[in-house]
Amino acid sequence: MAKELWKGNEAIAEAAVRAGCKCFFGYPITPQNEIPEYMSMRLPQVGGVFVQSESELAAINMVYGASASGVRAMTSSSSPGISLKQEGISALCSGELPGVVVNMMRGGPGLGTIQPSQCDYFQATRGGGNGDYRTIVLAPCDIQEAVDMTQEAFDLADLYRTPVMILGDGMIGQMMEPIEWHDIPKRELPPKDWAASGRKGRDHSNFVTSLRIDAQDCEDFNRALEAKYKTIAEKETRWAEKDAEGCDILLVAYGTPSRIALSAVEELEKKGIKAGLFRPKTVWPFPSKRLAEIAAEPSVKAILVVEMSLGQMLEDVQLAVQGAKPVRFYGRVGGMVPSVEEIAEEAEKVLQEVQ
Amino acid sequence: MTTVYRKTKGLQDRDLHYCPGCGHGIVHKLVAECMEELGLIDSAILVCPVGCSVFAGNYFACDCIEAIHGRAPAVATAIKRTHPDQLVVTYQGDGDLASIGAAEIVHAAMRGEKFTTVFINNAIYGMTGGQMAPTTLLGQRATTAPLGRKKELHGSPMRVCELLASQEGLAYAERVCVADIPHLNQAKKAIKKAFELQLAGVGFTFVEVLSACPTNWGMSPVEANKWLMENMAAYYPLGVIKEAQAK
Amino acid sequence: MTVFLHFDRDKCKGCELCVSVCPRHILALDMSGTNEKGYHPATVTDPSKCIACASCAKICPDSVISIEKE
Repeated sequence: MAKELWKGNEAIAEAAVRAGCKCFFGYPITPQNEIPEYMSMRLPQVGGVFVQSESELAAINMVYGASASGVRAMTSSSSPGISLKQEGISALCSGELPGVVVNMMRGGPGLGTIQPSQCDYFQATRGGGNGDYRTIVLAPCDIQEAVDMTQEAFDLADLYRTPVMILGDGMIGQMMEPIEWHDIPKRELPPKDWAASGRKGRDHSNFVTSLRIDAQDCEDFNRALEAKYKTIAEKETRWAEKDAEGCDILLVAYGTPSRIALSAVEELEKKGIKAGLFRPKTVWPFPSKRLAEIAAEPSVKAILVVEMSLGQMLEDVQLAVQGAKPVRFYGRVGGMVPSVEEIAEEAEKVLQEVQ
Repeated sequence: MTTVYRKTKGLQDRDLHYCPGCGHGIVHKLVAECMEELGLIDSAILVCPVGCSVFAGNYFACDCIEAIHGRAPAVATAIKRTHPDQLVVTYQGDGDLASIGAAEIVHAAMRGEKFTTVFINNAIYGMTGGQMAPTTLLGQRATTAPLGRKKELHGSPMRVCELLASQEGLAYAERVCVADIPHLNQAKKAIKKAFELQLAGVGFTFVEVLSACPTNWGMSPVEANKWLMENMAAYYPLGVIKEAQAK
Repeated sequence: MTVFLHFDRDKCKGCELCVSVCPRHILALDMSGTNEKGYHPATVTDPSKCIACASCAKICPDSVISIEKE
């Protein structure tokens, strides 16, 4: 198939339409505005629904309504807006409802900046809203992957009846790259016989709720969620590696910094340094098991985590490595993006320190 | 033998959790009877709020969706847009609708969303134990206004019908009450009319029901209905607040 | 005309709204005992005076009352 040049945000929106997204609800915020803009034009062409909501709160609750009535729905925002959406993401988890949420992260905290960042990792991977829940979090490193992941996100959400987040950053949303449209293999999905879409002859009414007032009921439900999350962790954990086995220093990065880290690995290798890259593609579930295996390799002397944050994924890496090897960190924040040279220099420094 | 009155099939055969004499039980019946009489139990989708009626989905015979506090109009917007031929109703109390969900209800009205909201105004937060609502009357005591609501401190009670009537998208708004039989009959007519207008696609339809909360008002149910007629109905005028002409 | 008023006794919460709206003043709480909820339930004192207006049934929040006639 021929390559096409697409802007990240618009490509994600088109991918959602191709995946059968029937409605989109959103509120303007930079740097993700091209997603609702594209959807406002595109969804009516395929008989879908676009609503520009009064707030991010309303948008995520519209996703809740569409999803509860059995319709594939999506919203997108950027960091401060995603904070507002946490109420609804928690409710989607508790109502066991599918839904796709895109976060094009920008620098924070507060209003912060509109430049790219990864400062919402904790919020995305630890739940973010109230309650003991997780969200499947897909972290694309380029627009091709963003497109593929968006298409798959809808099936994942329907299969596990849980919200799926596409965790990008302003860079992924704003840049243009050539992509190919792939036919994503369709999964076998269970019927949505739980949806409250009108009884239409059904012998009982469906009631979609996130309220379980009896403590034992609520614990039982939490245990059921726990079991679901375990299944997701077993079946859906993803990562990529480049020269990770047998390396002296292992870089760990996701999203935009992982591309820069890849170039840094190449620079280091040109200098004769055995460097490798480990790139989580799902940041929840986090690929802890594989990372621990690589960290345990005798050649690996140190691990350098690179993020556009003050060190958030760092904690997952530390939990995975369990102190087996030194774990160091290099981060830029507030919308600043690390350069290839900075990362390569830091890697060399770390290697010297541990040797 | 002919049946004069029986429990509506629009409600399931379950005991309601509401306090003795609570208006919710009466309004539940009216909504359910209208659904039954219009033949809509099988297609209706009801969006329930947070508040005393948080369990409404356990009682109605139609499909129900429980929304987060105040967001029922956003939830219903998505449902109606994706199920345009089905009856979609939000059932919301005054804390849910007039306070935390004020933005959602105003914007649903602004957009002229083609669902119906049944708004229960009992001038208090019931479920949480009698705190002041935006609709609490001046001088009325609440657990967070122990000396009574004061205009200088808390502002004046919100007249939601009139507020929403300023929006072009609102097609029909009527304020009713269920404190006695003539008013109850009128309340049912208003709800049925709102449903019929919704199905005709006229725009956003809204019925505000003044309803007693005997427990949190500290009155017997009979006293509470008397107080409602003397005080609430005096501040919140009953009747059609707005009815747009069909195009 | 004979009117049959049926009270689903154990559903009643004794709120007395039915008593307050009865135009014939033939409803009252049964003070001789309590139902399974612990309330004195509503009952009819003189069914022969009932005109089947259904006011009591309409205002009952708990759908306690059903009415038939022949």
